[in-house]
Order: sequence, then C-alpha cells, then structure tokens
Amino acid sequence: MLWPLIKSAAALALAIALISIVLVALGVSPVAVFAALAEGAFGSWYAFTDTVVKATPLVFTGLAIAVAFSAALWNIGADGQLLVGAILSGAIGPFLGGWPRPIAITIVLVAGALGGAIWGGLAGWLRARRDVNEVISTIMLNFVAVQTLSWCVHGPLMEATRAYPASTPIAESAHLGFYFPPSRLNLGIAIGIILAIGCHLLLFRTSFGFELRAMGRNRRAAAFFGLPIASLTVRVMALSGALAGLAGSVQVASITHRLYEKLSPGWGYEAIAVALVARLNPIGIVAAAFLFGALDNGSQAMQRAVGVSPVLVQVIEGMVILILLAFDTPIWSRLGGRLGGAKGPAHAPALSPDA
Amino acid sequence: MLEAFLTSTMTMATPILLAALGELMVEESGLINIGIEGAMLSGAFFALAAAYFGGSTVLGLAAGIGSGIAINAIFALMVVNLAVNQVVAGTALDILALGLTGVFYRKFFGVTGSSFMVKSMARLPLGPLANIPLLGRAFFDHNALVYFSFALVPVVAYMLRRTRYGLRLRAAGERPDAADALGLDVYRLRWQALIVSGALTGLAGAFLTLAYANTFVENISAGRGFVALSVVILGRWSSWGLAAASILFGAAMALQFAMQALGTAIPYQLFLALPYALTVIVLATVGGQVAAPSALGEPYSRS
Repeated sequence: MLWPLIKSAAALALAIALISIVLVALGVSPVAVFAALAEGAFGSWYAFTDTVVKATPLVFTGLAIAVAFSAALWNIGADGQLLVGAILSGAIGPFLGGWPRPIAITIVLVAGALGGAIWGGLAGWLRARRDVNEVISTIMLNFVAVQTLSWCVHGPLMEATRAYPASTPIAESAHLGFYFPPSRLNLGIAIGIILAIGCHLLLFRTSFGFELRAMGRNRRAAAFFGLPIASLTVRVMALSGALAGLAGSVQVASITHRLYEKLSPGWGYEAIAVALVARLNPIGIVAAAFLFGALDNGSQAMQRAVGVSPVLVQVIEGMVILILLAFDTPIWSRLGGRLGGAKGPAHAPALSPDA
Repeated sequence: MLEAFLTSTMTMATPILLAALGELMVEESGLINIGIEGAMLSGAFFALAAAYFGGSTVLGLAAGIGSGIAINAIFALMVVNLAVNQVVAGTALDILALGLTGVFYRKFFGVTGSSFMVKSMARLPLGPLANIPLLGRAFFDHNALVYFSFALVPVVAYMLRRTRYGLRLRAAGERPDAADALGLDVYRLRWQALIVSGALTGLAGAFLTLAYANTFVENISAGRGFVALSVVILGRWSSWGLAAASILFGAAMALQFAMQALGTAIPYQLFLALPYALTVIVLATVGGQVAAPSALGEPYSRS
C-alpha cells in the first residue's frame, strides 16, 4: 500500500524538478509558477471548491481508464465515450421539464452511461469478435464522436435562435444544483466517490473483478483456464465507456447544462495520467483526480500571474506518465534477478493494479 | 473549382503520407507508435521557431526533423530498451508535446500568434508538366516536400520488400525472438526505424507550419498523426496502399473546405468523420490482424 504511494510521489517530484529546469531555462521562476498554481487551486474557499468541480470529470474518466487498463484493454477512447454520453444526456435533457427531479436526473445520467457504454462496447466488440486492436478503434471513434458532437450542435440539437453552436438547454428539473452558491459544488463529486468505492469492490471483491484482472495479467492464460475472454472484453469496455459517459453526463447536468463543441478539454487523455498515478486503484483515483483537478484549476491563475501557458499542466502529466512507466519497467526486476535478488515473473504485465 | 480541390487534396495528403511512411517502417519492425502525433506537433513548432528566428526555411526543416527524431528517441528508449507499454508511452509523448509546444509558443511568441508568419516554401513547377490543363497545377506545381513524399513511396516499398535490410526489419516485427536467434540486433533495428520515422514525422510537422499554415497555432497537427496511423491500416501495410489512403484522407479534408464554400445541405462534419469511420469499418470487415506484422505492439526484451 505504501510503496506504490512513494513511487507516485517520487514520480511527481521528479517531474516537477524537470519542469523547474525547463522553466529556469525559459527565464521563469519555478517558485513563482508553483506558488501561483497553488494559490489558484487552494487560495480561497471558492478556489478550493472549483478544484473539486474540476476534479469531478477526472474521477469518472480515471475510473474508466483504471477498469479497462486493469484488464489490459488499452482504452484511449475515454474522451469520445465521454462526448457520446454527453450527447445523449444533452439530447434527452430538454424534454424532461416538469418531471420529478430525482427521475429527471436519473434519466439524464443513465442516458450518459448508456451512450458511453455503446461507444466503449463497440470497441470491445470489435476487439472480441473482429480482432480489431482497441487502441486504433478507440482513437478513431474519438474523432467520430468529436465530429458527431459538432454536427449535433450545428444541426439537429442546435438551440432555438440558431445563433450559437450550442444545444437547447436541458430542463431545470434535470440540473444537479449547486449546494453553496456562488461555489459550484454539486452532487457530481459524491456520485464519483460512490462509484470509486463501487469500482474498488467490483475489481477486488467480485468474481467479475477477479476474471477482469486475470485477463489483464495474461490474456492467453486466462483463455486457457476457460474464462470467457470475448464476453469479458465487451463487458469491460462497455463498463469503462459507461464511466466515461457519466463524466460527460454529469458535466452537462451540473455545469454547462447544454452541449457545445469544446465540451471536453481532453479529460479522457488526462485520465490516463490520473489512473497511472493512482496505480489503477479506484480509491486512489479520487485523490489523483483531485491533484490534477487542482493543477487544471490553478493553471488559469498561474497564466494571469506569471504569463506561462496553462498547458504546462500537460507537460507535468506527460512527464509523470513516462517516469512512472520507467519506474515500472519489467527490466528492473529482471536485472534484480540477475544481481541475485528476487527474480520477477518472466512476463510481468506492464501495468497492473495494486490492491 | 476542381483544380483547387485536387491541389488542396495533394497538399493535405503530403504530411499524412510522410508520417505514415515512417510509421509503416516502425510497425514493420514490430512497434506501434501512438506518439507520432506528438512528434509531428513538435516538428511543426520547432520548424516554425527556427525558420522565424533563423530566417531560413532550410533551418526550419532541419529543426523540424531534429525535434521529430528527439521525440522518437525518447519513445525508443522507453519501449525498446525499457520495454514499457507502447500505447501508454506514446500517449504520454502526445500529451507532453502538446504541453511543451504550447508553453514554448506562449513564451517565444506571446499570446497574439497570428502575426508570426513565415514565408511559405517556394513552389517548384515541374517544367512543361505544370502547364497541362487542369492536372498541371494540381499535381506538378507544388513545393519540394510534396514531390519528396510521393517519390518516397517506391523507395520505401523497394526497401521493405526487396532489400536484405527490409527483410531484417520485417523479421524483427514478425518473430523478434527468431530474428534475435539468427543474430539480428532487434533493438538496433527498432531504434533505426524509429529514428527514420522521427525524421519523416518531424518533416511532416514542418510542412504544416512552413508550407501550409505559415504560422503556428496550438495543436496545429490536430490529429493528423493519428490519421497517419489509420492510413497505415487502410493501406494494408503497403507503401502504395499508404499513398492511396493518404490521397483519400487528403481528399476528404479538401472536400470539407469545398462543401463549406459551396454551402451544401450535407453536413461537412460527415466528411471529417468519414475517414475515421472508414478505418473502423475496414478493420471490422477485413479483420484487424490480417496484414499486420505478427508481433506488432508486443514488448520484446532479450532475456
């Protein structure tokens, strides 16, 4: 439990050290940059609550990645699944006026999960039945989702005045309201935390979770031992897609209340960093999402304060992923074996969740 | 109208073809490089920066090539030497390149980007060929990179299918363990493929800033690296197929501009989504792994 935490912390520290070198080379004080980041993320009650709001979609997409990666299914399509989920939520939302709040909200969320599940499940089906690499299919489906959303907000779902490329707002009965306005805190993060606990139980306490992880460790061996690999693949990808779809759904229901083209700033890709820092552990994902939500939230203030582009956050993400991969390489354990230490398994999985 | 469409098709196809030919070599050696998008974006940025501050297109092209190689060298170190997961490492490099180019761009050029223009690469009309009605302007009146990318198609085809080196490269992609047993250096072959691919992908990025947009905007590659990945699949891992698929994608992009200009009822998003949907459909109908190298994407380490 402690060792993976140390590894993630070390990777973050190393990434920050490397970025500090880059910043110094650019003539910017790293201290000023990180102070402005922290100020923007935690400097006030409002800043703190918006960090939570920014972390919310990352909790859902992070869980989506964790579930898929634990099964060694490389779902790069969380962003597309998120968008398809948002589209279905945004499409059905305007028709729920006058419905009781709990029912309207449930319908919107279920629509989002369903949209994501279809998009993810499609990639799963292609892998299971047509032998199509899910990496390629999910990337391609991301682009199809982006164009579908663009078409929707310019075409069939466009708002009534047809002045802006945005959809008709969803009914107020389907809003996830703000608890402490002006802060935008809403039910979304609570749903995310409950789902994280649910995913943890699912992965580590159910036979489905066991089969999923067994497939992730060694697909061929899992098939040899009679696990239904094809059906597992479809179900895992659908579940992963549903979680990503919920990210879009919650965002529409709580923050934007409508669809527009740049709905996701890349939460589906950022989620890969979130999931790896959390070592694919669902509970850890809540913490990692909070961390990256803070970076996202602080980055705007940092830009205003020191004039560094907010995409600095992506430099941190990219570096953290690469460093964690390097920490985890099977080469080290093999070297350890040669040097007389404990020998790692011959084919250690590149990534596997820590309970 | 048709002439403009054909010209635009060739322009749009060029960076895709350059990157796809590089990716083809990488995939024949048994690796899949999702980081190609990041290498292209880096190439685009550093080519513009060098051309703008150095005042020379040649310098810009060299910087584009160099930065593409640099990104792919990181990838090679990670996936060849450290045998980490190729998909995750590639995605990390995409994210990293998006961040780094964004930070550098804002630092070097400030927030108002559009005024930082460079001179577009010179067109080289191919003598009398350029005077053929309709086709002349469309196919024989481009800059050197357009000709270079298409001239590379038979070269790569010959190299991969007819030379000893191509055979070795493909052996590394089909059966790395067997190749190793026969004394081939799989690590070195994969490194070489990645370096050549980095140069071509960086050049593709340079094309975007030096010949197409003549400036840089954040995320200017806009998924073209991923398009190159799908071109390799649609082209069934054959150089000639890649050229055809690149032209198809280029035409879809060019058609989108034409449709918007004409103001037709067909939503332009359909043309933008079509190539990606087509890739998925082709994979689903023909089957994913038929023509792909057997060991594609599987980490290999000598033990």
